Amino acid sequence: MVSGGQDRDAPSKIVVDELDFWYGTRQVLHGINLRIPARRITALIGPSNCGKSTFLHTLNRMHEIVADTRLSGTILLDGQDIHHPAVDVVALRRRVGVVFQHSNPFPKSVFDNVAYGPRLQGIRQREALSEIVQRSLQQVGLWDEVKDRLARHAWDLSGGQQQRLSIARALAVDPDVLLLDEPAAALDPRATVHIEDLIGQLCERYTVVVVTHNMQQAARVSHFTAFFYEGRLIETGPTNRIFSNPREQQTDEYITGRFH
Amino acid sequence: MSEPTEPVAPKDFSARSRSRADAVAAPIAGLRRSRPAAVAARREAGLRWLLRGATYGMLAVIGWILLDIFGKGLPVITWQFLTDLPRASGAAGGILPAIAGTCCLVAGAFALALPLGVASAIYLNEYAAPGRFVAWTRLAISTLAGLPPIVFGLFGLGLFVLFLQFGASLLSGCLTLACMMLPTIIVGSEEALRSVPAFLRHGSLALGATPWQTIRYNVLPYALPHMVAGALLGVARAAGETAPILFTAAAFYIPRLPQSILEQVMSLPYHLFALTTQYPEAARIRSMQYGTAVVLLTLVLGLSLVGIVLRNHFRKKLRW
Amino acid sequence: MARLFHSDRSVRYGLLFATSTSLLIVALIFLFLGKEALPFLANPGLTQLLGTRWIPVSFDAGSFGIVPLFTGTLLVTSLSLVLTVPLGIGAAVYIAELAAPWERRILRPLMELLTAIPTVVIGFFGLVVLGPWIKYLCALPSGMNALTASLLLAVMAFPTVVSVSEEAIRGVPAAWKRPSLALGATPLQTTWRVTVPAAAPGILAAVSLGAGRVVGETMVVLMVTGNAAQLTLWPLKSVRTMTATIALEMGEVALGSHHYRALFCIGVLLLGVTFGLNLVAQRALSRQTQSH
Repeated sequence: MVSGGQDRDAPSKIVVDELDFWYGTRQVLHGINLRIPARRITALIGPSNCGKSTFLHTLNRMHEIVADTRLSGTILLDGQDIHHPAVDVVALRRRVGVVFQHSNPFPKSVFDNVAYGPRLQGIRQREALSEIVQRSLQQVGLWDEVKDRLARHAWDLSGGQQQRLSIARALAVDPDVLLLDEPAAALDPRATVHIEDLIGQLCERYTVVVVTHNMQQAARVSHFTAFFYEGRLIETGPTNRIFSNPREQQTDEYITGRFH
Repeated sequence: MSEPTEPVAPKDFSARSRSRADAVAAPIAGLRRSRPAAVAARREAGLRWLLRGATYGMLAVIGWILLDIFGKGLPVITWQFLTDLPRASGAAGGILPAIAGTCCLVAGAFALALPLGVASAIYLNEYAAPGRFVAWTRLAISTLAGLPPIVFGLFGLGLFVLFLQFGASLLSGCLTLACMMLPTIIVGSEEALRSVPAFLRHGSLALGATPWQTIRYNVLPYALPHMVAGALLGVARAAGETAPILFTAAAFYIPRLPQSILEQVMSLPYHLFALTTQYPEAARIRSMQYGTAVVLLTLVLGLSLVGIVLRNHFRKKLRW
Repeated sequence: MARLFHSDRSVRYGLLFATSTSLLIVALIFLFLGKEALPFLANPGLTQLLGTRWIPVSFDAGSFGIVPLFTGTLLVTSLSLVLTVPLGIGAAVYIAELAAPWERRILRPLMELLTAIPTVVIGFFGLVVLGPWIKYLCALPSGMNALTASLLLAVMAFPTVVSVSEEAIRGVPAAWKRPSLALGATPLQTTWRVTVPAAAPGILAAVSLGAGRVVGETMVVLMVTGNAAQLTLWPLKSVRTMTATIALEMGEVALGSHHYRALFCIGVLLLGVTFGLNLVAQRALSRQTQSH
């Protein structure tokens, strides 16, 4: 069956078992089984509308903000079922951060954007907040660029800076898992390189799941790759194996560019 | 559910297609206008002028009313007229108590209705799942919006003045006007909330905010100015209403400023009504009447104008 | 974390409570108007209300026939709607379809602004300017009659009718007009044959809302109809409407008397009529939004 079996050194952070998902009566995910290893980068690839973004959103239950969705199967985070009634969705989202494709910064200052999450958790002292803001911005390599203009409106930053700011905003909540939905889709090549480098560094501390339709990007940044097609998980494995020696014909056709 | 429609063409669709058709048709000989088509075109032009006439004709009538009021009323307005107490049952002196009374009435009503209206809008727009409660509430809101002012007056008389024994008073008037303003404020506030883009809500929820934290910190701050602008329209309407305060708050003649929320107050619309119809020799105090009308119109249209301009500004302003 | 959730839930209940005040107010309006009006049906009885003479204050028993008041309202309302509906729809078509963009940018907010003109000011104008004009033009002893009131009410309701129907016409998708234009119809033919019919529910809503405003308007009719409670359908005669009667007499009536209850009965009738008109408007509006 499909599951990456070669990652003996990395324990599983998230285990997805027989996940089905519906928008209304339309089923968009069919029987997904996937293990996401801790502190590794897992890339989800596939053509548009293959369900990879929807899948990503189920990992921290962001799908619930859309009305009329249904889900069956289990998703275990560190062995805990995240859909168990006793699980607090707010606590879950603090452990599993997400950065959206067009994750526009909030229309606030740079500082207030990063401090948004910590403030929600009741951190009020200026020094504590400053420390978190500085650390988060340093993690995404933005600190040196913006440290003198933290009070500036976040929308005055460049596109690449805004995207890194969004990642910093997610990191400030101190999650274990970071979900990135097409983080470089709207960026120019230089900013993309920057983001890719950043993702590479993030896996030292975080479990990263990144959705991309850019196969070169998946090949460059990820350790493991999962290929989605028409709501099904076709193949998973170490990235170099998937790209050099895919086992499934559809995977082969996709990565060689025969369909998008 | 509304079905997806085709992408909508530019707003000035008709105008544009017309000019394009003219530009293309002219040089091609075979497409010249035939005789019946020319007749149709003439009829069409006539109809166009008819519709234009309806629009501007009615506007001209409204303009006539406003010009008459301002033309005869503005000369009456002096600093004294605005800041003096009335004398001789309102036949002389100023209209300060009426201005103050109207301001107190609408300010009190606004203070009561704004929190309720904003809270209702938040619940309806951010929390409520569609269902029977929402349907009934929406029906109630539209009913409130459509009820005649005099019915609010009767209701205020029955509930606030008599049943709750507030008497005819500033308090009863504020409560009655608040009921009348509520639907405008709810509708405006919902519009404001809908104009806040989804990414602010999603982004906040994704950072582990609760729904209320999201609304409190990432939706309301951006919607509130828009909400207040919309609410001003309700305030303006209430400031100009006479019927709801007729039995609940309005006094014919109290030549001093309002002292307590449990006493009657003078108000601009009622003052104008009283000076015009209750005064024995009404024709002799036309200038007082026109002056009061000007102040009332300026207040109501001014508030409305500020509300409309600000709201339209907020509709467009944000870069999302 | 549990505390956070707890506070979130209490906020939710607080908002729910605030939201239900609208329902509560409507319920209380029905309750209190009904409570004050119903005893009349028991004692003098419903038949009293159906009489044709409204003489509430007299030495023996007053008569509380609201028929002349009802016809007064009917006369004034229908006259003003006959004027304002075609003009309002015409203006809405003009603004939505024919006006230049710059014109539209001014006319739309202007119409909204003009809905706010206090009716007491319009009534004042009628009393001081229009009434004497009508008196002079029609050679009448007094200009205070149904016609004067209707003209003013038409002016008052005009911006409402225009705003609501213009929105309906504007909401018709361009995709529906395109085939008509493609078949060689002129823009105005398209407007007439396609756009206006498609916007019909919204226009119906506009008319209902306008009618509701006219029926319920108090100050204009109070000031310029002359307030003679006579049974007539001739526009140049003085009439008295239901709203004006309440406004005129509620101030001097003895609480709990038959007269007081009769006035509340008029209030209930007004409530019923405007509620019905509003239901029509809401139905029409929801049909309009569904069809697009």
